[in-house]
Amino acid sequence: MSAPVLAVADLGVRFAMPDGPVEAVRGLSYEIGPGETLGIVGESGSGKSQSVLALLGLLADNGSVTGSARFDGREILGLPERELNRIRGKRIAMIFQDPMTSLNPYLRIGQQMCRVLQHHQGLDHRSAWQRCAQLLDAVHIAEARSRLDMYPHELSGGMRQRVMIASALLCRPVLLIADEPTTALDVTVQAQILRLMRELRAEFSTSIILITHDLAVVAGNCDRVLVMQAGRAVESGTTDAVFYATRHEYTKALLAAVPRLDQVPPSATRKAPADENFLLAVDDLKVYFEVAGDGLLAAPRTLRAVDGISLRLGAGETLGIVGESGCGKSTLARGILRLVAVTGGRVLLLGSDLGAMDKAALRGMRRNMQLIFQDPLASLNPRMTVHDIVTEPLETFHPEYSRAERTRRAKEILVRVGLDPLLLNRYPHEFSGGQCQRIGIARALILEPRLIICDEPVSALDVTIQARIIELLRTLQAENHIALLFIAHDLAVVRQISQRILVMYLGRVVEIADRDALFDCPRHPYTRALIDAVPVPDPRTERARTAVLLEGDLPSPLDLPTGCGFRTRCPHAVERCAAEVPELQRFGATLVACHRAGEI
Amino acid sequence: MLKFVLRRFLVAIPTLLILIGLSFTMIRMAPGGPFDGEKQLPPDIEANLRAAYHLDEPLYQQFGRYVFNLLQGDFGPSFQYRDFSVTELIRSGFPVSLRLGGLAMCLALLVGISAGTIAALRQNSALDHGVMATAMLGISIPNFVMAPLLVLIFAIYLGWLPAGGLGSGELSHLVLPVIALALPQIAYISRLTRGSMIEVLRSNYIRTARAQGLPTRTIILRHALKPALMPVVSYIGPATAAVITGSVVIEQIFSIPGLGRYFVQGALNRDYTLVMGVVVFYGVLIVVFNLLVDIVYRWLDPRVPL
Repeated sequence: MSAPVLAVADLGVRFAMPDGPVEAVRGLSYEIGPGETLGIVGESGSGKSQSVLALLGLLADNGSVTGSARFDGREILGLPERELNRIRGKRIAMIFQDPMTSLNPYLRIGQQMCRVLQHHQGLDHRSAWQRCAQLLDAVHIAEARSRLDMYPHELSGGMRQRVMIASALLCRPVLLIADEPTTALDVTVQAQILRLMRELRAEFSTSIILITHDLAVVAGNCDRVLVMQAGRAVESGTTDAVFYATRHEYTKALLAAVPRLDQVPPSATRKAPADENFLLAVDDLKVYFEVAGDGLLAAPRTLRAVDGISLRLGAGETLGIVGESGCGKSTLARGILRLVAVTGGRVLLLGSDLGAMDKAALRGMRRNMQLIFQDPLASLNPRMTVHDIVTEPLETFHPEYSRAERTRRAKEILVRVGLDPLLLNRYPHEFSGGQCQRIGIARALILEPRLIICDEPVSALDVTIQARIIELLRTLQAENHIALLFIAHDLAVVRQISQRILVMYLGRVVEIADRDALFDCPRHPYTRALIDAVPVPDPRTERARTAVLLEGDLPSPLDLPTGCGFRTRCPHAVERCAAEVPELQRFGATLVACHRAGEI
Repeated sequence: MLKFVLRRFLVAIPTLLILIGLSFTMIRMAPGGPFDGEKQLPPDIEANLRAAYHLDEPLYQQFGRYVFNLLQGDFGPSFQYRDFSVTELIRSGFPVSLRLGGLAMCLALLVGISAGTIAALRQNSALDHGVMATAMLGISIPNFVMAPLLVLIFAIYLGWLPAGGLGSGELSHLVLPVIALALPQIAYISRLTRGSMIEVLRSNYIRTARAQGLPTRTIILRHALKPALMPVVSYIGPATAAVITGSVVIEQIFSIPGLGRYFVQGALNRDYTLVMGVVVFYGVLIVVFNLLVDIVYRWLDPRVPL
């Protein structure tokens, strides 16, 4: 190997905290050669991000760094700010996880990008602007020039991340550090961004450090892998060696926890119950929002978040709902629960029409339908103890219970969700993400509901925790015969828990099928694209992959395409797709909304 | 934009009407009247006076008349300054207060934002603590203590500046009142700026800017200042309206013939129309400045919908 671009030796990062120093990174060493991609993998808190922020002098004020990092043969740790500024952005560039908060919302894209060029290369405004437009072009942003005048909030998530990448490449850096570059994005967009990074690496021959929690992302994109746990490197080697000749127990556990689309999950699909005893029946549900128009006298426009969705759910059954962000999954959940005003359609729970109920009756009905949220910590009131959080539903629905009785039940439920009942008087911030989600589940479970809607319940959690929460939900469901509506963007997770799966696109159902039918024989081109876009934690499969990627972004729900909503991104679209909205057609137990479902 | 401004003005109409109604009732409910003096006026003269000013009519009629005249820009005659209309009094007092208050606000913004930014950059240093302690003092020491102190030091002991009055309009006469008026504002603005600047400096997009190798000066001026000013902007709207309509205390101490004096004198003398005039004028200014704040907000933050 030629001289390494970056050689890190015995790197340590330590934060001064009120109760003493915390060592975030200890004894980390690695090298990265020219044009090479190194994946750094670890769960949250493993120190993977801090280890690279430390290289660039970007640690928080209470952080300090030890050890050595030689970039191009020169020590960069402890360089004065002025010297560092000659390297940062120019020779080492960085891409961050969340493109929304990592771009300045107050400045136009062009202003943010130009400033970098003007500073590092002394370009005048005109030529800087031109170069920015070229780079936006290089990252496949259409109409690059006009995008420069836009603000970050006017772009989609995927486009924002492209802008981040373009800004990072402005000065043709030798080393690109990407910190979870696709974690905040949908799978289809993730696939686009990863492909883009591979292309750019070939074109610019940049070395890349790719930091991620997702082993599947590493599999297809990295030459070498370094696995971190609690601040230390536990395993490192070529990608193949780490995946196929795994040495460390932690790496093995990590690999085992990843839900995989290329392996069939164990549990068998349950048959859908007969028509009469549906627990939940949704017919043609519509949720529209009025959005103010643009001009002085412009009429308000209608945003069709949920546009005529019907579904059936039997007692004890699980229906998974998948789709990209913005497709209306969460609005559907809220519409079913009447947490938002419904524009049309009918929701029957246990045979009674929720829409026909008055407020008091609806409130009484709520004990049968509970919700588990995405962000475990944010959905718990930080000023209430676990006891108060978990027993609050009892106070509403069982005022006859004494305080002792409520506490007894709270303890019982904590045991069932796998928490120590002695923790009853703690506050949410004292718990980890996984534990908080268990508290959320306990709160939903304490009323013994018939239906629980889980809105992305595991997407904020690490894979090993994810696996445990899913297992918990499955066990509880079997014990209590609860029906689950399981909303997630992660197909592999949905596959683990669902008996049937509903795929949504722009507020409509494009396909409903039994789990195995959906994965073995997806009928709708969108379902296929979604499945194809999911990376697999297997380097050989990933390298051999020749999937057709979905191009572009989700169209604006304010400005829906005529006919089939998916036709603008569909490789099979024909004239008829623009003219007619496809109805759901039946293929065995599968329902598909596509004109060409029979032929393709 | 136009739609937004129009809508805001339409909303302002009921606001102002309520304001007029409330202050109209309140000043009438206060004991005494405009013609109560040291000497009791003969009853028939007082009756004549009341009739001349329509004070003998039922209240609702007086109110209707007042609003009707107001719509034509007529604030009515002053009861106290017999030869002047309220419009004339406002026209003579307001420019003085505006000049004084305007200068004070400019000074406050300049010093307050700079001090706040510097304190934020050197968070928890001696400089930071110094600036914040001074600001705390500035907020806690009332005007009527600070102003005479300033006069004592700079006008009497040092003799550098005049102690009061406007002279023949030299700037030197304005220095002390402007400083006295600006001090609490400086204190408040610097605290606001410091707080929001610290928050902005911790944000992800500032980290991005640092990762791009931009120098601190560029990061502060180009990336951080705009977002950090948002809370300051919402504060200075109403604050400016308050400061340029005259500070009663400052104008009294430095004997400056501004608008603030009329308000107090009007209230003491039950000069109904004068009090009402100043209140309405102030109300309109508040509405206008809040509208300006919203427009500036929108200009600073492109995400704010109109």
